[in-house]
Amino acid sequence: MAIEYLGLSNINGPLVVLEGLQDAFFDEIVEFVIDGNKRKMGRIVELNDDKAVIQVFEGTENMSLTNTHTKLSGHPMEVAVSPDMLGRTFNGVGEPIDGLGSLFSTDKRDINGLPLNPVRREYPRNYIRTGISAIDGLTTLIRGQKLPIFSGNGLPHDQLAAQIVKQASLGDNSEEEFAIVFAAMGVKHDVADFFRKTFEESGVSDHVCMFLNLANDPVVERLITPKVALTVAEYLAFECDKHILVILTDMTSFAEAMREVSSSRGEIPSRKGYPGYLYSELATIYERAGIVQGAKGSVTQLPILTMPNDDITHPIPDLTGYITEGQVVLDRNLQGQGIYPPISVLPSLSRLMKDGIGEGYTRDDHQDLANQLFSSYAKVGEARNLASVIGEDELSDLDKKYLEFGREFEKRYVGQGMAENRTIQDTLDLGWELLEILPREELDRIDTKIIEKYRKEPSDGSKGISDER
Amino acid sequence: MSIRNSCSEEVWALDSKNTGVIYGINGPVIYLKGKSSFRMSEMVYVGKEKLVGEVISLDKDRTTIQVYEETSGLRPGEKVESSGAPVSVTLAPGILNNIFDGIERPLERIADTGGAFIARGVSVDSLDTEKLWQTHLTVAKGDLVHGGAIIAEVPETRAIVHKCMVPPDVESAEVVEVVPDGEYTIRDVLVKVQLPDGQIRELTMTQKWPIRVARPVSQRYPASIPLVTGQRILDTMFPIAKGGTAAIPGGFGTGKTMTQHQIAKWSDADIIIYIGCGERGNEMTQVLEEFGELIDPKSGNPLMDRTTLIANTSNMPVAAREASIYTGLTLAEYYRDMGYDVAIMADSTSRWAEALRELSGRLEEMPAEEGFPAYLASRLSAFYERAGMMQTLNGASGSVSIIGAVSPQGGDFSEPVTQNTKRFVRCFWGLDKSLAYARHFPAIHWLTSYSEYTMELSAWYADHVSPKFVDYRNRLMGLLSQENNLMEIVKLIGADVLPDDQKLVLEIARVIRLGFLQQNAFHKDDTCVSMEKQFKMMDVILYLYRKSRKLVAMGHPMSLLKAEGIFEKVIAVKYDVPNDNLQMLDMYKQDIDDFYNRILEKNA
Repeated sequence: MAIEYLGLSNINGPLVVLEGLQDAFFDEIVEFVIDGNKRKMGRIVELNDDKAVIQVFEGTENMSLTNTHTKLSGHPMEVAVSPDMLGRTFNGVGEPIDGLGSLFSTDKRDINGLPLNPVRREYPRNYIRTGISAIDGLTTLIRGQKLPIFSGNGLPHDQLAAQIVKQASLGDNSEEEFAIVFAAMGVKHDVADFFRKTFEESGVSDHVCMFLNLANDPVVERLITPKVALTVAEYLAFECDKHILVILTDMTSFAEAMREVSSSRGEIPSRKGYPGYLYSELATIYERAGIVQGAKGSVTQLPILTMPNDDITHPIPDLTGYITEGQVVLDRNLQGQGIYPPISVLPSLSRLMKDGIGEGYTRDDHQDLANQLFSSYAKVGEARNLASVIGEDELSDLDKKYLEFGREFEKRYVGQGMAENRTIQDTLDLGWELLEILPREELDRIDTKIIEKYRKEPSDGSKGISDER
Repeated sequence: MSIRNSCSEEVWALDSKNTGVIYGINGPVIYLKGKSSFRMSEMVYVGKEKLVGEVISLDKDRTTIQVYEETSGLRPGEKVESSGAPVSVTLAPGILNNIFDGIERPLERIADTGGAFIARGVSVDSLDTEKLWQTHLTVAKGDLVHGGAIIAEVPETRAIVHKCMVPPDVESAEVVEVVPDGEYTIRDVLVKVQLPDGQIRELTMTQKWPIRVARPVSQRYPASIPLVTGQRILDTMFPIAKGGTAAIPGGFGTGKTMTQHQIAKWSDADIIIYIGCGERGNEMTQVLEEFGELIDPKSGNPLMDRTTLIANTSNMPVAAREASIYTGLTLAEYYRDMGYDVAIMADSTSRWAEALRELSGRLEEMPAEEGFPAYLASRLSAFYERAGMMQTLNGASGSVSIIGAVSPQGGDFSEPVTQNTKRFVRCFWGLDKSLAYARHFPAIHWLTSYSEYTMELSAWYADHVSPKFVDYRNRLMGLLSQENNLMEIVKLIGADVLPDDQKLVLEIARVIRLGFLQQNAFHKDDTCVSMEKQFKMMDVILYLYRKSRKLVAMGHPMSLLKAEGIFEKVIAVKYDVPNDNLQMLDMYKQDIDDFYNRILEKNA
């Protein structure tokens, strides 16, 4: 029988201090009972002899120095796992909230997980077709990758994530089992509802396991939510052989929660008040994507984060970019022009793309074509800058062609319908079609043989010599 | 506060078994109460699971220990045991073609015992102690040896002969017993020597060395030989010497890791130590896979035969991340002592600096700039100063070159890690976001980068490549900087209004950028380029410039020159001329002459 401790010695924000503990260990989960009826959970975050600093998940409201009974659980934070979790909804710490009763499983996992040994990882090579040209063509998503969406408030990141889920899940690999783990951290009710509705409409909801910590739920709980979700994802992937797509939204709320707790612990802040371990903490989440040798399943992560003030150099997107394998960046300017999805192509990147495309995966021209589109679109920016100084009329013919290419590229290649599901062939062919706007000499990133194979001669006779730039 | 570099040179005797009791736990840092007899920098075993830790601060009330493994589950009251030695690495055959974590535990063995996920408190030997190595003894009874002397040779991989040495702390000794050539494990006694005081010391293949202490050398040589990497922008524009230091700073996605991979693959170093410090797990897997398949052009053996990987991915414990840099460096110094040229890829030093910051925060030290501890600069300088071309204790020469990636916050080079690194390295290969966005790789910007070795290496280039090499290089740089000045004008008024000679500069600079600086790592002929080809390419480009300038001076308009397509042809040299047929390059001069004559004829 575990000892119960009565009272607390200090309450400060989400943290409480308890003295006189016996045999507590670091990272242990404790259970509080307040006024004899209300249960809360907490985690030991610092130990000094018999004195523990405890993080309370559900918030410290109602707790007083005298009305609380505390019990040590004897284990670190764990979550019960079972294949039946698909189709269910849980709160941020993994308790069912969908009214379908509790989960019957004795199989429990430590939510902190363990680092995956690089020698037992399998290098991801299978691409996932999302049906979105800007992603499939230029920042290809690979199974086992972690590819975040860098967005801002008011941008359609939710719609984009939902479209990816819909179209990727209904892909060609029908014989393989596909499932989604969705973790919401500090998101609005509407957002959670939007995702729930989308899952229902597209008929995937019995393949979805949702963890919801909404904006008005306790802040500390948010620190646990992604870990619980990923523990379940790893279980489903590596033990139940499913291909799991994990959507984490919004990582910014997670980092904010960390800052809040860190500051009430009186820790020394580093950048913008975030704790020094922000990088390590984000890494323990993002690195839990991947494929284990010999396992049939995989964990692919699609975290969403809103960049505060659209600033990509803010610590959260910055540190994320250093851990994840690329990023898809959304742009307010494109959104303003009514282009959906407003993917800003140039800063977007998929690091694993190079090994998952080309012959045998997509098509032999994919890499060169993508490079050429990037390079040509970068030149569009230069031409636009010049046009804004000297006026579009004064530009050379070549620069005018670049402006035209830029407009068409944004409208037709980046832009597409919310339900439009393009095949990889369509995406690649569209790329070639757009490049026909430019004279052939400008295609300096593509192997001559590939140009010959795929380029149709333009009809308007713009084959001639380009003018001075 | 925690000064870790002051530990004594010799490995302490294993007799004193101190113990203590855990009092407080805060993340990776634990405290012991009261005065203890632990030593500074000593390696300790923490708790029931015997997690590895290091003593980082001592005072009369408390001892502070950083733990190299996840501390969750530790309880106050659990025991802390001393190991009697500072945190050290084991040095013996078996290091190459292997992958270790931050404190030299072999990941392959960890996976064999613990499965795909790395559990805590794994106890495995750093190196295989049972494997029998074919050993050839190089000393005989009666020989006088001293620290650093080679006693035996072991073919460690197909590419590298491992030279077993007398530990550096032996001043001089006489060999009194030698085993015959044969197969031995790294623990077998090979040689017995008698020290001047009459003591007998048994020598095996194995040495232990504390990671935070530099291994001794006789003297330091000045830089005089380049580390040839096969990358044009590095070898020609911003070369690094063998024994030199370089930093590759760049925001995410600019190609730091790619550049490091390219150097690790193609540079002419004998041995590569690749330190993945706080980086992605998938990247380490990729290196493992790719280097196992790729063939080293020099020796014809797989690249892994000359490579060691130190992997501390970003989700592994932070204290081990801090140590991983030193672990790699010590392994590199050990191979240097055998007379090899070793190159270290440290990816990324910013993660190491952040590990310092994280630990410093846990220790509640007073932060300096951006929360980094005040000793950041001194740690960085101590790290980079361990590089160098050295005369080893046995008289051979060997080198350790350090190439450190820096991941500046927000891609802003004014942050403390980049700035402090800049003070201690002599090559700066600044990666540029806008080049990366345009997929111009390597995205090393020619205007912000520099190399202080250019002068020192010019003699080598004159002797080994061509006397004209340095001159050509400077002319290329001159053209690029002229282009930069002209672009200021072009941005305001467009290129159309420029006079033809300036248009020519822009065009030639474009040829240099696309045809020379840009290099395709995935193209079989372009991924690694010999010095000879690099020189000849420059030669062709400058020849084209000379001829075109003459034409322009005669009044032929640039539009006419461009119509001939010769500029495109020169840009494509990198793809069109295979590396094994460099004579083809001479034909380009002929093409340029033809182009020159054609223009003259047409417009005579």
